[in-house]
Amino acid sequence: MNFFNIISQLAEVDSDVMGRLDSRRAVFSSLTTVGKRATQAAVPALLASFFSKAYAGTSAGDPKEVFNYALTLELLEADFYKKVIASPLFNTATAADQAAIRQISKHENSHVSLLQAVVTGIGGTPVTNITFKQATFNSLATFYGGATSILGVAQLLEDTGVRAYKGRAADLQGLGDVTISGSVYNPLETALRIHSVEARHAAHIRYMRSTLNPATTPWITGGGDLDGQPHYTGATPESNTTQSGVSLIAANAITANTTYSQADAAASFDEPLTVAEVTDASRAGGLIGA
Amino acid sequence: MSEHSFSSAWRAQPLGRRNFLRVSAASAATVALVATTGCSTETPEPVEADPHQIALPSADKGLFYYGYLLALALSTTYDKILASPPTDLTTAERTVIANMRDHQLVYRELYHYYIDPTIGGALFPTDFAFNTATFTLTTRLGVLAAVQQLADLAAAAYPVLLPLFTSASAYPRALLLKTVSVQARHAATIRDLRTPGSFADSTAVEPSTGLLRTKTPAEVNAALAPYFAPYVISVANLAVPV
Repeated sequence: MNFFNIISQLAEVDSDVMGRLDSRRAVFSSLTTVGKRATQAAVPALLASFFSKAYAGTSAGDPKEVFNYALTLELLEADFYKKVIASPLFNTATAADQAAIRQISKHENSHVSLLQAVVTGIGGTPVTNITFKQATFNSLATFYGGATSILGVAQLLEDTGVRAYKGRAADLQGLGDVTISGSVYNPLETALRIHSVEARHAAHIRYMRSTLNPATTPWITGGGDLDGQPHYTGATPESNTTQSGVSLIAANAITANTTYSQADAAASFDEPLTVAEVTDASRAGGLIGA
Repeated sequence: MSEHSFSSAWRAQPLGRRNFLRVSAASAATVALVATTGCSTETPEPVEADPHQIALPSADKGLFYYGYLLALALSTTYDKILASPPTDLTTAERTVIANMRDHQLVYRELYHYYIDPTIGGALFPTDFAFNTATFTLTTRLGVLAAVQQLADLAAAAYPVLLPLFTSASAYPRALLLKTVSVQARHAATIRDLRTPGSFADSTAVEPSTGLLRTKTPAEVNAALAPYFAPYVISVANLAVPV
């Protein structure tokens, strides 16, 4: 077996390959030892594990902490919708909008159950006692309206949730699969599947609100009535138009004879929020309480 | 680390001809070595195949090609709809589809730029296209059905895609990561236009877990295959999700 031929080819396209392998030397030496004894059929699996380890994410955070963070936000949302459905204001919503809120509420409850199982499954203790501050909820005077209405807060919560998941994706990159109740989950993929459902919720609530606020689109152009709220700001604000170091609104930046609009460039990408930004009092942090 | 740190040989040649990333050759060599337990030091030459066979390269570049093809499929279809919209498609619906088209164009062009920063360079043969002839784009319902099919497909593809990236560079992941949720927003919105309230129904989301239903690159590729004929795309070199 000439592994070194393979390594040298990798080195041609990835000058850093030896560095990656060097830090994983234990894997490498055990591979040669085991490889001598392994049957021909077993070697491909060993090679696969060898390469996936060498190229695994290098910035992985503590998955227990990451999933408890996600659970905190899901608990906040779940409690918010529970309060919404129990509120007399809920009866002022249309039947279709009530059905949508019930659907979203069910998903948030499912996310809570799933994340509790994930945190427990990876050896952590699920966070508890996270509720939407009652006094803040009581201050919401209407179902429909702006930032101090039920739907307005729902939009801000969902869009913050979308951004919060993005902020932790790098901490889950490269983590191994976990098995919970017989099902295999890739941590990053699982987080992104929840994240995608949050984005569908956000889009729907923005769409519901567009009836009264026509400038609010399902995607964040910056023109919506709430798009200037702190939930859309941050180190990388939603108004950002530079991706991978390329300014998309510069003429001919990526396409000949084409300049993309500020709205399209901003709305095409949802931006992350850091933990500190999410838990700041101006965003989700200010909504958690008794 | 530069975000465009791939070999110049990569840029020079369109796919489907001969040269794939050397990483791809390395993995092919791995398989060959394992299969024969031989000790060849030769890089196996890819077999000169049918010109309509296009194999996406391995590693992150292959994933970008895959994202590019999705964006090409969606932007081509949306563009076709907007070029001669059915009369019963409302102004508001046209605006939604126009926004979605513009976003997909940004993705298509940005992925293209990422694969090959030579603006105006071609990634595929000149007659390669996404053929929309089998969609019914002459009625509102036909349009919404086609757009939902494609938007749901892209939304289902992205959460699976990101964990497959292996580059140490944060840029490729960040780009795709920022796109995942916008694909979801598109799918939810077109669903609401077609069937009000279906933005996240049980055909899209597993009710018990609240997880989005996803599709692997092989499943997405199979769904798109009829529209790329006579070209045949292979995603066999792409990493396989769990």
